[in-house]
Amino acid sequence: MEDVKFPDATHRVVQQIIGRYPEGRQKSALLPVLHLAQAEWGWLSPAVMDHVAGLLGIQPIEVYEVATFYTMFHLQPTGKYVLEVCRTGPCCLLGAEDLIEHLENKLNIRVGETSADGLFTLKTVECLAACGYAPVLQVQLPEPGASSNSTYRYFENLTEEKVDEMMETLARR
Amino acid sequence: MGRKLLTEHIDLPGIDTFDGYRRQGGYASVEKALKEMTPEAVVEEVKKSGLRGRGGAGFPAGMKWSFLAKPEGKPRYLVCNADESEPGTFKDRHLMTRLPHLLIEGMITSSYALGARTSYIYVRGEMMGVIHILERAIGEAYAKGFLGKNILGTDYSLDLYVHPGGGAYICGEETALLESLEGKRGNPRNKPPFPAVSGLYACPTVVNNVETIAAVPWIVNNTGDEYAKIGIGRSTGTKLISACGHVNQPGIYEIELGVPVEEFLYSDEYCGGIRGGKKLKAVVAGGSSVPILPAHLILTTAKGEPRLMSYESLSDGGFQTGTMLGSGGFIALDQDSCIVRNTWNFTRFYHHESCGQCSPCREGTGWMEKVLHRIEHGHGHLRDIDLLVDVAKKIEGNTICPLGDAAAWPVASAIRHFRDEFEWHVKHPQEATRKGAAYRNEEVLV
Ligand SMILES: Cc1cc2nc3c(=O)[nH]c(=O)nc-3n(C[C@H](O)[C@H](O)[C@H](O)COP(=O)(O)O)c2cc1C
Ligand code: SF4
Ligand code: FES
Repeated sequence: MEDVKFPDATHRVVQQIIGRYPEGRQKSALLPVLHLAQAEWGWLSPAVMDHVAGLLGIQPIEVYEVATFYTMFHLQPTGKYVLEVCRTGPCCLLGAEDLIEHLENKLNIRVGETSADGLFTLKTVECLAACGYAPVLQVQLPEPGASSNSTYRYFENLTEEKVDEMMETLARR
Repeated sequence: MGRKLLTEHIDLPGIDTFDGYRRQGGYASVEKALKEMTPEAVVEEVKKSGLRGRGGAGFPAGMKWSFLAKPEGKPRYLVCNADESEPGTFKDRHLMTRLPHLLIEGMITSSYALGARTSYIYVRGEMMGVIHILERAIGEAYAKGFLGKNILGTDYSLDLYVHPGGGAYICGEETALLESLEGKRGNPRNKPPFPAVSGLYACPTVVNNVETIAAVPWIVNNTGDEYAKIGIGRSTGTKLISACGHVNQPGIYEIELGVPVEEFLYSDEYCGGIRGGKKLKAVVAGGSSVPILPAHLILTTAKGEPRLMSYESLSDGGFQTGTMLGSGGFIALDQDSCIVRNTWNFTRFYHHESCGQCSPCREGTGWMEKVLHRIEHGHGHLRDIDLLVDVAKKIEGNTICPLGDAAAWPVASAIRHFRDEFEWHVKHPQEATRKGAAYRNEEVLV
């Protein structure tokens, strides 16, 4: 396993984040720092979580129990892009289920799996606070080495054609 | 056209920048509060305004503020709840994206009123784009002397930070949110003690929704009495409604509380009617957690009076024939919607999001999901319907936090108003499981 350590620039950001919370409350920085780690390494391996625990001066178990509670953290390697389609009621009223089926067929995988070319992982998520623009999905756009969190982009008012177009654009990126 | 207290300038180019916002009179409430008012006077105005929490429960904001304990030597915190994850609700994301400085102004003025020296905005992690927007805007406010040490030359200092969540609906519940902000799993706390006494880091804390905080600048600038004149009865002011589902014009609408539901649904100023000229079957008026109502009961109360968009009117008739304004997530279901499938979907959501601490919620939501799944997929029994009612009843009121109630109410109300549709599913499994099939009872359509 290669040495897991934030690049210096990101390390400085981590220190700034810790500074947002009172003395002795550096554990509060856990979620923001885990987002940074996921932007850096794509997923949270045990080695990455141990590194984060060390930076915050907390036990590794405290990081594991948080990372497993929240749905945004990937505990396994993913494809280059994770497509997270909203599957909650309001989106389903406007075709989210058909859209998920379309993606499964197109990628030849089921929800939770990664396409054979390693480009796309398909996941479902709960309401993304975009119900008026349903159906909706979000994609994490990785920015390796970024000193801030990677961007998540919402794609809204989706149709099968729009999804196909979006995936072609991402594949070329 | 109703008055717009929050969103009047939302479409102006540049309103998302400090200068653009300032040109429209932005940050005036900070100047007024810090230079001309005591913190107590600000709290008093918010009390007079009658402003009620916009996050869902509708608790009067001024009263919550006045409960804040003020022990010597302990910091106090204001935490803004921007977790927005109640299905059907998408107003806070809209407000923060387009008017980030309105929330920041509200946070400064409110923090001053509460005596907070450090405040946090907890934004759900999925909204990373919003987080970037807020952080940029906060940077501008620091640069202009509206945040940091000795704001505007007064002896009031404030630091404001954005904190990202990690993806968990339960972190919208205020004590789960505080746990999460402390770097832990989002497990709701037992109450009491309430956050006003022991909140973030065991210090006195106020948690308010984005829209609640955003209403404060107008109240401070124009007085609480003026705010209380807008709206109807104890539903004062304006409310952002997130309209979605089968309406012609989904989106965010700022309404004066008291607009008739019929006008909201059908006038071109708001939803513009139901898509494709179809009939309306049902509405979930306040986010997925509130009771669903059939079309006739959302338009008029059981007494035959027009139903209004207000806390009182929507809840008229209690849970037998009424519902709740909740977070203002207004979901319309047309004639072809399947109530059973929608109820199963919501229940699956609550089961997925239950933190698992209390057994009625953890086990009950899973049990209801399983039973609803089997009814929806053609394997149900008639006795399952009463079983669902029974499980819902046993969850309600027996849990640490209100997620249990939020899971129980949609099921209980769907069966209360649409029992024949559940029975039809059981009796006609083949028909019911055909893709796109929905039970149709002309009597409930409007
Ligand atoms: C399961 C659950 C989820 C909640 N989600 C949110 C939310 O996303 N946003 C919010 O402002 N309030 C949410 N609330 C309500 C908060 O607990 C709290 O009442 C609110 O933040 C108080 O602010 P207000 O008085 O300004 O509305 C939720 C409550 C529960 C029980
Ligand atoms: S009601 Fe549900 S979500 Fe709330 S504390 Fe209990 S198990 Fe957790
Ligand atoms: S239900 Fe999909 S964004 Fe809300």
